[in-house]
Amino acid sequence: MTTTTETTPAGGPAATDASPVRTAPRSAARRRRLYQWLFVAPAVLYLLAFFGFPLVRNILMSFQEFTPTTYFTGEAPFNGLDNWRAVFSNELFGDALWQTVLFTIGSLAGQFTIGLALAVFFTRRFPLSGVVRAVLLLPWLVPMVVSAVVWRRIMDEDHGVLNSFLKTLGLTGDGVPWLSSPSVALLSAVLVNIWIGIPFNMVILYGGLQEIPREVYEAAALDGAGPWRTFRSITLPMLRPVVTVVLVLGFMSTIKVLDLILALTGGGPADSTQTLGTMTYQLSFMQLDFGQGAVVGNVLILVSAVFAVLYLRVNRAQSGQGK
Amino acid sequence: MAGPRRRIPVSALALTLAGATVAGGLTACAAQPDPGTVTVLNSATDTAEHSANQDFFDACAEPLGLRVKQISVPADQVATKALRMASSDSLPDILELDGSELSQFAETGGLRPLPETGFDAEGFSDSAVSLGSYDGVQYGVARSVNSLALIYNTTMLAEAGLEPPTTWEELRSTAAELTGGSTYGMAFSASPNADGVYQFLPFFWSAGGDEAQLAEGTGGQQALQLWKDLVDDGSASRSVVNWNQQDVNDQFVSGRAAMMVNGPWQVPVLSAQDAVDWAVASIPVPQAGQDPVPPIGGTVMTVPKNSDTERERNAGAILNCLNSQENQLAWGERVNNVPTRAEAAQAYRELHPKLAPFADLVATARSRTAEVGTRWPMVGDALAGAFQSVLTGRATPEQALNRAAQQAGE
Repeated sequence: MTTTTETTPAGGPAATDASPVRTAPRSAARRRRLYQWLFVAPAVLYLLAFFGFPLVRNILMSFQEFTPTTYFTGEAPFNGLDNWRAVFSNELFGDALWQTVLFTIGSLAGQFTIGLALAVFFTRRFPLSGVVRAVLLLPWLVPMVVSAVVWRRIMDEDHGVLNSFLKTLGLTGDGVPWLSSPSVALLSAVLVNIWIGIPFNMVILYGGLQEIPREVYEAAALDGAGPWRTFRSITLPMLRPVVTVVLVLGFMSTIKVLDLILALTGGGPADSTQTLGTMTYQLSFMQLDFGQGAVVGNVLILVSAVFAVLYLRVNRAQSGQGK
Repeated sequence: MAGPRRRIPVSALALTLAGATVAGGLTACAAQPDPGTVTVLNSATDTAEHSANQDFFDACAEPLGLRVKQISVPADQVATKALRMASSDSLPDILELDGSELSQFAETGGLRPLPETGFDAEGFSDSAVSLGSYDGVQYGVARSVNSLALIYNTTMLAEAGLEPPTTWEELRSTAAELTGGSTYGMAFSASPNADGVYQFLPFFWSAGGDEAQLAEGTGGQQALQLWKDLVDDGSASRSVVNWNQQDVNDQFVSGRAAMMVNGPWQVPVLSAQDAVDWAVASIPVPQAGQDPVPPIGGTVMTVPKNSDTERERNAGAILNCLNSQENQLAWGERVNNVPTRAEAAQAYRELHPKLAPFADLVATARSRTAEVGTRWPMVGDALAGAFQSVLTGRATPEQALNRAAQQAGE
């Protein structure tokens, strides 16, 4: 009988009765998951379309013979490592890489030091401090190309304001060949970029300084700490998360420099201000060799990615400490 | 297991949807063109130039029962814009490229040889034909062309009792004599881009330099040495390595340069000011009696291949009309360039004696791509590297050219 009860038609209804009870939570969970995915989908699609696709495309392109013909025929034959070999054997690549490193380190060091000094300076309240701070933001508001063109005039060897000023002070007899000597031009580009980057560093660091509680400083003062000691033992450590943000963001925007250099020196004189950015531009859009341009672009992406990972790690470690 | 299995279809569906949207968008972009409208891609972004162009197009299109629509983008973006259009199969009926870009486009096989569009190629100067040709086939036509000449400050030369120099030796001595105070005797552009290369070519070629064999012969070295000497003498500013042709003109107009190398496109600016009086002379040559070999520049109109031959024929008909003798002359006068029909050039010469040296120079001028074709961008870049490293003292002319030859992939 037991077997019959199990196989009787009555067992059918029992089973169908049971199934809604068992599947109801499952389909609800499914639906919930579906909703979750629907909410995530726009972000995922956006990332795939505007970051994933170009990235993959750029990597693929660096292994292809991608020339103007490709646009007409749609054919870009794979050529293995030819593009990579051509770029790495190009003397300019080594120079451009080294100059990019110098430019980035020089710019970040200058921007950060001066930005931090100004931020600390402005934490003290004094008459017109707000106005002066606002004026210091101006370089940030001026489009990069405009700044570069103006600086090009300022740094003109014969008639530039900068040399006239230095001559009046008696600091130089002949005038400094700011943009016309290969040994000075990169330094000039760094100086201009520092000028452009100071406001960003100052604003973010100033914001960070506001977050440090006054009481800590008061306690330090009671303990007899001098200004330098206070700065080293309180300001810097408590500012560390903000410092990381400023430096990493600064790094990302500095390493890919293109517009400033193009408008200031065009990569010259004698390639002394070529960076990876200008080299990509030249290969892809002047020589129309998109494959080789993509190789340099990939190197840039790789370097940026390494620093982005470092940044995320540091960030995670810091938020871990916070808890 | 249900989770992951569920995930795939949802995202797959979303992706398909996104794909469909993108595809839909693209087909919308490549909408069927109007058969009565001829489209043109050019660099006439300047309002005055754009409308002047439109007047010529309209005058030519109307009798044919057509309309012309111009799409204008900045000059340095025409090539990349055209490539994007090519990839979506939406190229215009007439594509106006810089002469130095023609080879790269012709090589793709995307351009129609002009004679096949019904274009009549008779009566043009040889240099103009070579500017529009690749591998012996004419793909483009220039309505007018430019070149480089020596433009000098007549007052300064008269005060010093000097004639415009005709040889390199005279150029050096004249420039040195004219230098004084805040004025340099000579100005030229040696910027590391197309401007500087364009200005180096008349010296390089006149001395017998060969862009296909940069390290061969001594012509190239002599040309580099001349530029270096001018800067070392103090007759030209060390800043020439940063100056584009516009900067050079600014220096001249402000009286800081007594002579300059420049092209006819500066004429509107030069005519609009009355601070300096100017005149045009031919480019100095290495030895007296030689013919200068300046570069020929300008834009060429091409006809991209179209599955609809009717459209190609329409484009060809418009090109024929734009290049009639009267239209060429009128256009040449409008843009201060020399018409490419021999007879129109002659008429232009008589009407504008002040610019006659340009008309003469164009006759012996050479196209940058005639010899090296699609390799020109690399060769030009190598040349720029050469004069920049010589002018900044990083290399001797010989070293610079050896390196340039290597860079150009010889």
